Amino acid sequence: MAKRIEVKDLDIYYDKFLAVQGVSMTIQPRSVTALIGPSGCGKSTFLRTLNRMHELVPNARVEGSVVMDDDDLYGPNVDPVNVRRQIGMVFQRANPFPTMSIYDNVAAGLKLNNKRLKKSDMDGLVERSLKSANLWEEVKDRLHKPGSGLSGGQQQRLCIARAIAVQPEVLLMDEPCSALDPISTQAIEDLMLELKENYTIVIVTHNMQQAARVSDTTGFFNLQGVGKPGELVEIDETTKIFSTPSQKATEDYISGRFG
Amino acid sequence: MASTTEAPPRKNRVPRRPGDRIFAGVSTGSGVLILVALAGVAVFLVTEAWPALTASAEEIPGGEGLVLYIWPLLFGTLISAVLALVIAVPLAVAIALFITHYAPRSIARALGYIIDLLAAVPSIIFGLWGMNVLAPITVDPASWLSEHLGWIPFFAGPPSSTGRTMFVAILVLAVMVLPIITAVVREAFMQTPQLHQEAALAIGATRWEMIRMAALPFGRSSIIGASMLGLGRALGETMAVAMVLSASGGVSLNLISSDNPPTIAANIALQFPESSGIAINTLIASGLVLFAITLAVNMIARAVINRRKDFDGAN
Ligand SMILES: Nc1ncnc2c1ncn2[C@@H]1O[C@H](COP(=O)(O)OP(=O)(O)O)[C@@H](O)[C@H]1O
Ligand SMILES: [Mg+2]
Repeated sequence: MAKRIEVKDLDIYYDKFLAVQGVSMTIQPRSVTALIGPSGCGKSTFLRTLNRMHELVPNARVEGSVVMDDDDLYGPNVDPVNVRRQIGMVFQRANPFPTMSIYDNVAAGLKLNNKRLKKSDMDGLVERSLKSANLWEEVKDRLHKPGSGLSGGQQQRLCIARAIAVQPEVLLMDEPCSALDPISTQAIEDLMLELKENYTIVIVTHNMQQAARVSDTTGFFNLQGVGKPGELVEIDETTKIFSTPSQKATEDYISGRFG
Repeated sequence: MASTTEAPPRKNRVPRRPGDRIFAGVSTGSGVLILVALAGVAVFLVTEAWPALTASAEEIPGGEGLVLYIWPLLFGTLISAVLALVIAVPLAVAIALFITHYAPRSIARALGYIIDLLAAVPSIIFGLWGMNVLAPITVDPASWLSEHLGWIPFFAGPPSSTGRTMFVAILVLAVMVLPIITAVVREAFMQTPQLHQEAALAIGATRWEMIRMAALPFGRSSIIGASMLGLGRALGETMAVAMVLSASGGVSLNLISSDNPPTIAANIALQFPESSGIAINTLIASGLVLFAITLAVNMIARAVINRRKDFDGAN
């Protein structure tokens, strides 16, 4: 588990519109990488190219390369479905399947991969995933109730449990706390610190304190100008970015003189 | 809502503007008018059917009483409508899925347009098509079916030589209810939340698995409701069935022979011109049964479709 991702000269297009230009970065395994920057600079777009989710948008495409350990994610014979089985994703709005129970939500991904899993094995995996997501104690007595009955923060942890149930290498999170109250946010942040023992985590966040609290590495995205594509301004150790960034734009953004 | 229980403080009443008042009047009026029309139909059916309801068995055409007169017709109505649905619903769901999830945009639009056009074809055209085109070409397949699959009651035979059988009526009905079912189901699939589709894809679902996890559960009650709407239409369809089915038989599951029971609606259309006296009352009594069943089916359909609204804000 947990693999390194190497991104090189990545340009991301929505049809003819170049949204993000020239991103190169190395995402370290067993660490949290935070992506910060003003709205619309392409953080979500970039994140979604890491598991090829952006391909849901018709005519979206990339140039450049994304390599996980030794596998080129955009290689000619690579099935995006397999990419997504290895690189899970958690979204801004918690999105448990409304017609499924808590148990079935967690088991959903497991059932895709192992059609013939025994009930007892399944139970074990569901329990382990819910425990890893720090949700087990809260839901163990109502596993077969609908997931939509949980609070917002619990739903988001349920989505994390669902994502890690299939034991991905990497977990992508796109502003996972932006719809949550401070206590639920705290719970998710604690969870991230535990999960990075086993996973490579990339998180997009609007909240700079959050980036400072949870991440080891921080990348700052910015727009090159009005109507121009977004770019990665710099990426470095989080302590360095928040104390002595090497770029003026980063310093302006961090100190709130910008965006 | 609460204000109905407490005395409204008169001073604070919002002045009602004439435009509001006229609109409220017109819309309430139209609603009431529909109810009055429905009640009028019901009253007409009951009063006109009354002589048949109270008549002795020998007076009813066929001489065996009202129940035994209507039962084969009811059976024919139900079996044709239900089997038409058995064919149309899976097809409609498949087409709706293709349009919403598989087809390139241009093809999807064209296909949606064709389906909607199909809904606008008058039923007499379907009747002509069923009688003159579909019936003859089913003659050979029907004899094959009776020869090889004759042990299935539906295909017991002997096959009709004209092809104007229950089997063809069912096919025609299936084509006729396809557009309404497809339209409702397609609408539901189009509204499948992006959120849940992405949730499925992000755990490594293929497109088909995503459809099973997100689109089908979301569209389930719409599929049920749409099927009921289609059932309502198939139950009441008159012209096409009257033209296609050359009917003269009793209760039978045999779909490809020439002794099928007719449907209530087709029977009324065919018998009415030559009937008089108590025979007319009898036909109207059968119409009353059809009215009650279609009304019930449509009401259930509406209820099921409306219930889906509860699921919309599930998060
Ligand atoms: N589905 C899409 N189709 C076309 N353009 C898009 C789409 N999603 C995002 N964009 C554009 O890409 C740019 C980056 O957006 P986004 O990645 O959402 O930024 P961020 O997450 O940093 O706020 C914006 O200009 C946005 O308008
Ligand atoms: Mg975003």
